[in-house]
Amino acid sequence: MTSANIQKPSGWVRFKTQLRRQGIASWVALVVMLAVALTWLFPLYMAVINAVKTPLDFIQHGSLSLPQGIHFDAIIKFSEDVNFGEKVWNSIQISFFIALIGVVISFLNAYALGIGKVKGRMVILAIFMIAFTIPQEGLIYPLYQAATAVGLYDSIWSVIIVNAILMSAFGTYMLSSVLSTFPEEILEAAKIDGAGSARMLFNIVLPIIRPTIMVLATLFFIWSWNDFLFPLVLLPSNDNQTVALALGVTTGQWTSDPTTKAAAALVGLLPSVIFFVIFQRTLMRGVAVGAVK
Amino acid sequence: MAASTAVAGKRKNHKDESKKAYYWYLVPGFLAFLVVVMGSFFFNVVMSFSKWDGFSKPEWIGTQNYTDLLSDPDFAVSFLHAGEFILAMAIIPTFLGLLLGALIFDLIQPKFGNAISTFIRGALFMPQIVPLTVSGVLWIWLLSPNQGVINMTLNAWHLNALAVNWLGDARWALIAISIMLVWIQMGYTTVIFISGMSRLDPSLTEAAQIDGAGWFQRFRVIIVTQLAPEISVVLLTTTVAALKLFGPIYVMTNGGPGNATQVPSSFTFFNYFTTFKIGYASAASTVLSVILVVLAIVIQRVQNREAK
Repeated sequence: MTSANIQKPSGWVRFKTQLRRQGIASWVALVVMLAVALTWLFPLYMAVINAVKTPLDFIQHGSLSLPQGIHFDAIIKFSEDVNFGEKVWNSIQISFFIALIGVVISFLNAYALGIGKVKGRMVILAIFMIAFTIPQEGLIYPLYQAATAVGLYDSIWSVIIVNAILMSAFGTYMLSSVLSTFPEEILEAAKIDGAGSARMLFNIVLPIIRPTIMVLATLFFIWSWNDFLFPLVLLPSNDNQTVALALGVTTGQWTSDPTTKAAAALVGLLPSVIFFVIFQRTLMRGVAVGAVK
Repeated sequence: MAASTAVAGKRKNHKDESKKAYYWYLVPGFLAFLVVVMGSFFFNVVMSFSKWDGFSKPEWIGTQNYTDLLSDPDFAVSFLHAGEFILAMAIIPTFLGLLLGALIFDLIQPKFGNAISTFIRGALFMPQIVPLTVSGVLWIWLLSPNQGVINMTLNAWHLNALAVNWLGDARWALIAISIMLVWIQMGYTTVIFISGMSRLDPSLTEAAQIDGAGWFQRFRVIIVTQLAPEISVVLLTTTVAALKLFGPIYVMTNGGPGNATQVPSSFTFFNYFTTFKIGYASAASTVLSVILVVLAIVIQRVQNREAK
């Protein structure tokens, strides 16, 4: 490599190659990227430092200065006003059941399509694929009417059932493509040993595919946590609101006090950020799996 | 002879039966799916041919809603805005994501290790997992005209002329929301491109280095061409996301001021739940659905072609 560089003395390119070898290019990239990363975190940082200020501190020193002291008044006041603990509990229940039911349905579907290779599977997969492209607006009014008709309007189960089924369209699509590459020899060996399809599902396929299922469950949980339109329409009463919904619809109802607004943003961000820190690896893997199989 | 065909037939039957057993696993999921998703969609399409307020008896008016939509300037303008959000959510993040992803993967990770590159990726990705409505609340506060962080900063730098009423001024609202959307989307594109780069054959880069190619040349020739599958998929999925955009618009401007930030979803929502023009809203959401389904089929084709 070094000799190749010497043989090619064309000025600018060689200069750049040298730069690279000395690592200057890497240092420049590092400075640029750290600046970008800090810019990206800046809104979050602003929410943190202003949420703990007193209104007086904010008026005197503005938003950019560090707080004079740490006060949790605004955070506590906002959390109590919107009953934030209840919203978090609602979001946890809804997201948990969507992830659970969604993953079970996805897995059963994918087992038939990817392992069973049943007839017509390409058509069925295409239908599922099209389904998760339909915008929520194209379904919401009939779902609202149906939820009212069966008595699930304003029950968290309406959102759970609808989202679990809708997300399982994506899950089926993703798991089927993973399962269709499942090693044939393992399945054949199990069949020769006399294992039926149900035993194969539990004892052979499920243990091997479990990491992918966990990625899928994490994605479903996050999507449910962040979902807005279905809860907005199907969960009108205060007691059933999710975190995403509570923050979305109460905007402007609070005081115009900027520290309370910062506190609201911070309180809304917090569960997601905690979740992100814990599941960062799974999530990033999930994003890549979801985009390019 | 006759006996052997009978045996073969029997065996074939047996095999078919064992395959048929798998259909049972599909029954609960597919039935629920047909009823809830396909049923709703079908009902929505049917309603698009009616005039209905949601309570009284619907009146069948044929394709009237669709012809009305075609001549409704608000509907046309909502797609124009969606087009501008495609720039903010799909095109800019794809371009920057490739560049930043390459910087991280090619220059930072090898020299400074995983901890720093994970931190940078994490910082960029963080807005992706926050509910869009929470991001909306955060940015309303950052962008607020008098006490917002952005205008306070601009004033501190004596750039008072730039400290406009971001969300309250029809000329700026679209741009203000676009800035937030770039902030949200960058992590998605960057993370996908980095994971794509890790599957590239390192000997390609080495060969280019030996040939004396500069960094940017290598970026253009190797990374961009080799990542073509990821790029096309990311562009299409983010375009779909841009066309579906609803939460931030509803929270931040509700389509306003006037209809300066109206998008197809907020237009539809307004007609469903504010003016109760259910038939009209159904027609609008059907048009959007058809556009998105066509895009989905294109994604499918692209993925299949890349897989071959």
